[in-house]
Amino acid sequence: MSDPILQTRSLSKSFGALRATQEVSIDLKSGEIHAIIGPNGAGKSTLIQQITGILPPDSGSVHFMGRDVTTWSTPQRAEAGLGRTFQISALATEDSALENVLLGAIGAMGRAWHMWRPAPKMSALRDRAEEALARVGLSDHAHTRCAELSHGMRRQLEVAIALTLQPKAFLMDEPMAGLGSEGSKALTELLSRLRDEAPILLIEHDMDAVFALADRISVLVNGQIIATGTVAEIRASRDVQQAYLGETA
Amino acid sequence: MIPERWINWAVLAALIAVPLWALLADAPFTITLTTRVVILAIAAVGLNIALGIGGLVSLGHAVFFGIGGYAMGILASHAQTYVPLELFGMSIEGTKSMPIIWLTATLLSALIAYLIGLLVLRTSGVYFIMITLAFGQMFYYFAISWAAYGGEDGLSIYVRNEFPGLNTLVPIQFYGLCLSILVCVLFLKARLVASPFGLVLNAARQSSVRVETVGLNPARIKLLAFVISGAITGLAGALFADLNRFVSPQMFSWQLSGELIVFIIIGGVGRLMGPVIGAAVFVLLEHWLGGLTEFWQICLGAILLGIVLFARGGVVGLLTGKEGAHV
Repeated sequence: MSDPILQTRSLSKSFGALRATQEVSIDLKSGEIHAIIGPNGAGKSTLIQQITGILPPDSGSVHFMGRDVTTWSTPQRAEAGLGRTFQISALATEDSALENVLLGAIGAMGRAWHMWRPAPKMSALRDRAEEALARVGLSDHAHTRCAELSHGMRRQLEVAIALTLQPKAFLMDEPMAGLGSEGSKALTELLSRLRDEAPILLIEHDMDAVFALADRISVLVNGQIIATGTVAEIRASRDVQQAYLGETA
Repeated sequence: MIPERWINWAVLAALIAVPLWALLADAPFTITLTTRVVILAIAAVGLNIALGIGGLVSLGHAVFFGIGGYAMGILASHAQTYVPLELFGMSIEGTKSMPIIWLTATLLSALIAYLIGLLVLRTSGVYFIMITLAFGQMFYYFAISWAAYGGEDGLSIYVRNEFPGLNTLVPIQFYGLCLSILVCVLFLKARLVASPFGLVLNAARQSSVRVETVGLNPARIKLLAFVISGAITGLAGALFADLNRFVSPQMFSWQLSGELIVFIIIGGVGRLMGPVIGAAVFVLLEHWLGGLTEFWQICLGAILLGIVLFARGGVVGLLTGKEGAHV
């Protein structure tokens, strides 16, 4: 198999006495969905923040597309092709859905310094933005203000913005959070199709979605990866049963 | 409710009709008053780019207003006395030419805005307000102690500066110049808001982390917005000094910074014509109520309170029935 697209090597981060992540080494290979599961407080958020460059790790490194990006800023990592979605939607809520995806297109195509032509009239931007909206099924709501979109639609919009970046890898932080079963099913289908385009590192609580989507699963408990394996292996693992699945099953 | 576009055109029509009526009715003071509105509106349109779109509540925009004013005052005073300005070993002739003064005021304000912006944009919220205020006070006290250019007493320019082909001493001609600049600045602002840059700036105000996630640096975007904003306010400062033929440290005062914010809040934050309407309301209240009582600012306070409590979108928000500047 080819080199991993995204890899963390022995990432550690402590806050005082709390060791939020300890020696976390995971990788994401092309064509796969790699899910990270773990109970609340296991260190998932800290891990994401280190991968996206919001928090510097105490030790260890992050590699993306064969390069060490540990010291890169968040915008630099995004520009290199790391597309992320947020657990709690981070959208420009006063703006329309179209304007939010246009923002992604502007970032991806390096048009942020254009000051004269209206953004929606720049066809390259608009085409990319509308295509992303169409792919998540939001074309009919292009001109709806974000604040007026349903929760599920905002989750879809998050994915659409990531799509405009045409990323080399997706990092999705609980994309199913707060979705009903219908919405969750639709998003599961979308993500399943996405993996051929770019692999997805999926942090998710919804076990149905994880088992339906993941090619591999890593279990994070108390800041450590206690197991990595296929869906079947993880389901069969005693350690995992005890540490995590037992609570929800 | 009234579409915002109609309001924009109505305001523009009023800015043309009122001075023309004043001209026919031989009321030159009304023209001067309207000129004051237009110039203050230009300054507030500048601030509105930083504040309304970028969410940068600058309580130090008087810095740029003052820089523009002193750029005019210094150049014109050297032209007035025929003594060249000695600067960094160069000898610069003073000038009475408005285009050169405007260019100097704009570029100098942009430069200062860049330098101040590098520092203040590291902060946000209350700290941003305080540090911009601190810069304003620094310039204010510097101007007071700058004896070479009048210090506390300010600097009088006896004859208004010149513009090719016009007699700027005729109020309506100077008004025409100022209105043309306001229209240009408003056009620029409207283009800016709709452009990719404006969209990113608008998003950076709402969610900085979102902008970073699409690979852009929100601090750089805001810095450029701050520079453009400062440059426009600086240009207004040069015009204001020319209107009064007088420059004083008052142009740097924090009260002026506050008034610019008040214009925007009265008119409607982020709205194209918000600063124009706000400046008009302010100047008219100051003129009418100020003639009746020296406590006219109590009324202004009550109006501000009413707007903040019951009409967050300002006058434009009330008329259009839409509180937000967007959609």
